[in-house]
Amino acid sequence: MLEAVFSNWILPTLRVSTPLIFAALGGMWCERSGVVQIGLEGIMLVGAFFAAVVTHSTQNPWWGLGAGMVAGLVLSLGYGLTVLKLKANQIVAGTAFNLFAMGVPPFLSMIWYDSTGSTPVIPSEALFRSAPLFLMVASVVLSAVFYHRSKFGLRVRFAGEHPKALESAGISVQGKRWQGIALSGMLAGLGGATLSIYLASSFSRNMSSGRGFIALAAVILGKWLPIPTVVACLLFGFTELLQIRLQGVVLWGERPVPVQWIQILPYLITIVVLAFAMGRTRAPKALGGVE
Amino acid sequence: MRNILRPLGFVLLSALAVLSVPAASAQIRVGLVLERSGKDDKSFNASAYQGLKRAEKELGVMTKTVEAPDNAAYESLQRAFAEKKFDLIIAVGFHQLESVKKNAARFPGQKFLLVDEDAKAPNVRSVMFEEHEGSYLVGALAALHAPGGKVGFIGGMDVPLIRRFETGYAAGAKKINPKMQVLSNYLGVTGEAWNNPPKAKELALDQFNRGAEVIFVAAGNSGVGVFDAAAERKKLAIGVDSNQNWLKPGFILTSMLKRVDEAVFDSVKLYKEGKFSTGLIRYGVKSKGVDYSLDEHNARLVSETDKKQLEQLRTEIVKGKIKVPDYYLIQKK
Repeated sequence: MLEAVFSNWILPTLRVSTPLIFAALGGMWCERSGVVQIGLEGIMLVGAFFAAVVTHSTQNPWWGLGAGMVAGLVLSLGYGLTVLKLKANQIVAGTAFNLFAMGVPPFLSMIWYDSTGSTPVIPSEALFRSAPLFLMVASVVLSAVFYHRSKFGLRVRFAGEHPKALESAGISVQGKRWQGIALSGMLAGLGGATLSIYLASSFSRNMSSGRGFIALAAVILGKWLPIPTVVACLLFGFTELLQIRLQGVVLWGERPVPVQWIQILPYLITIVVLAFAMGRTRAPKALGGVE
Repeated sequence: MRNILRPLGFVLLSALAVLSVPAASAQIRVGLVLERSGKDDKSFNASAYQGLKRAEKELGVMTKTVEAPDNAAYESLQRAFAEKKFDLIIAVGFHQLESVKKNAARFPGQKFLLVDEDAKAPNVRSVMFEEHEGSYLVGALAALHAPGGKVGFIGGMDVPLIRRFETGYAAGAKKINPKMQVLSNYLGVTGEAWNNPPKAKELALDQFNRGAEVIFVAAGNSGVGVFDAAAERKKLAIGVDSNQNWLKPGFILTSMLKRVDEAVFDSVKLYKEGKFSTGLIRYGVKSKGVDYSLDEHNARLVSETDKKQLEQLRTEIVKGKIKVPDYYLIQKK
């Protein structure tokens, strides 16, 4: 019984939530440092692509995972350059990076594989079995510990909450923001990598399919705090799973519940949670501000 | 904001790509507008693209292919071809119906080919496939490989076209085993459903857990997720549109072929020979416009007796002895 619950509900929920949790933790660090990060979707996509490419050519998922992380980091540093150095509007720049990221995989896969936006299938021996799950748990624990119990966490929070105070203590606000952006790139890149080399066996076009934006919603739902953010991701993952499980189930009468009603569930639950179970949320005070 | 910017940017870029084609001489020029899943979806769009490439090689026509970034782009992509005076403009997928109607009226001098819908316009050749008939055959084959009495179906976006696959498949499975239970799931109700392999894999694992032995998937790019699940659980899957047997040899029982490639090639050929006709053309099991695939990758899976039984069913469908339920007709009632 317990084993069935684990393999039918808990494990699948964790699997579905893994890319969301990586990306959401990244988004949380970035936004806590005071920089809006709507580019998670694009970072995930690029991470997924490079992870698939490198895993395919080395036949080793760890190299792929590293490549996804580095690709995410590079893209996020580009974003940092535009918003921190060049002071571009963060929403506009983030949108631009998302658009840019959508175009990168088709362009490169055309050169490498003569294919518009998908990579060759990776044999199952070269895919992850469960390592990303443990890695995800480790990132959650590390994020929570560093956020609440370290100087680094405190300073990142100040960069987003009260940059002037941080500055008067002689610490560079920009420095903390660079670090926040870099963290978001690496973590969302990892999240993307888990899509292509853990949950699937190749990269296919636009395979992030909105997960970056769901992760962003989880950050807001989780009040920009590590554990609540992760819980929000798990909630989204669980509703997705519920949606899968409830399709075609007969609740009453003879006909199954129409699929449209079940498809509404994730949105419905989100609205209900946002409206009733949450209370007030407050974004980091200096979020999106230009210094 | 993102919703406005994304399509706009892509439409502009794609339109530029179309416009940059140099005006050619007397050579026949064919423009192909694919859906967002693109020419490498290993499925429906890939089939159309292969048909066009064959036409280019064998008929010596000039071709140009564009992929729509989303459903809002079809109209401008088709129009860009029309304005460049392309002779034949091919639109693939039911999403393109409305834009083909508009552009066909705006450019009455040019010919259009629409796959998967009926545009009912004087200069449009509409090609539709009897998906339910082909699905019936693979449903029967699935049942022959599911002694436990459970098979599964996974659809992409929940639209009548995919429902049509499902009803045909279920009828075929029940023909072999009247007590057959058909599990059915859909990935979603938006276009994202065609591009979400991880979710398709979860759906398939769930169906295998519930006892399905064979799963038929009609979900574009997402289909590979189902093949992954089949390989992981050592079960069987059935591909769709193109021959997908090679994707996971040994775990793909067969593929329900929809010969979009034939339809595209035939139309270009007819155009070249001056015999292009407009109106609605149907491809069914009779003309092998829908079929199941046999090749070296599934030779070990499909036995001679299986084949005989399927050929028997095909003959009965062609003769009208078997009436395969058609979701389009069911829906109208």
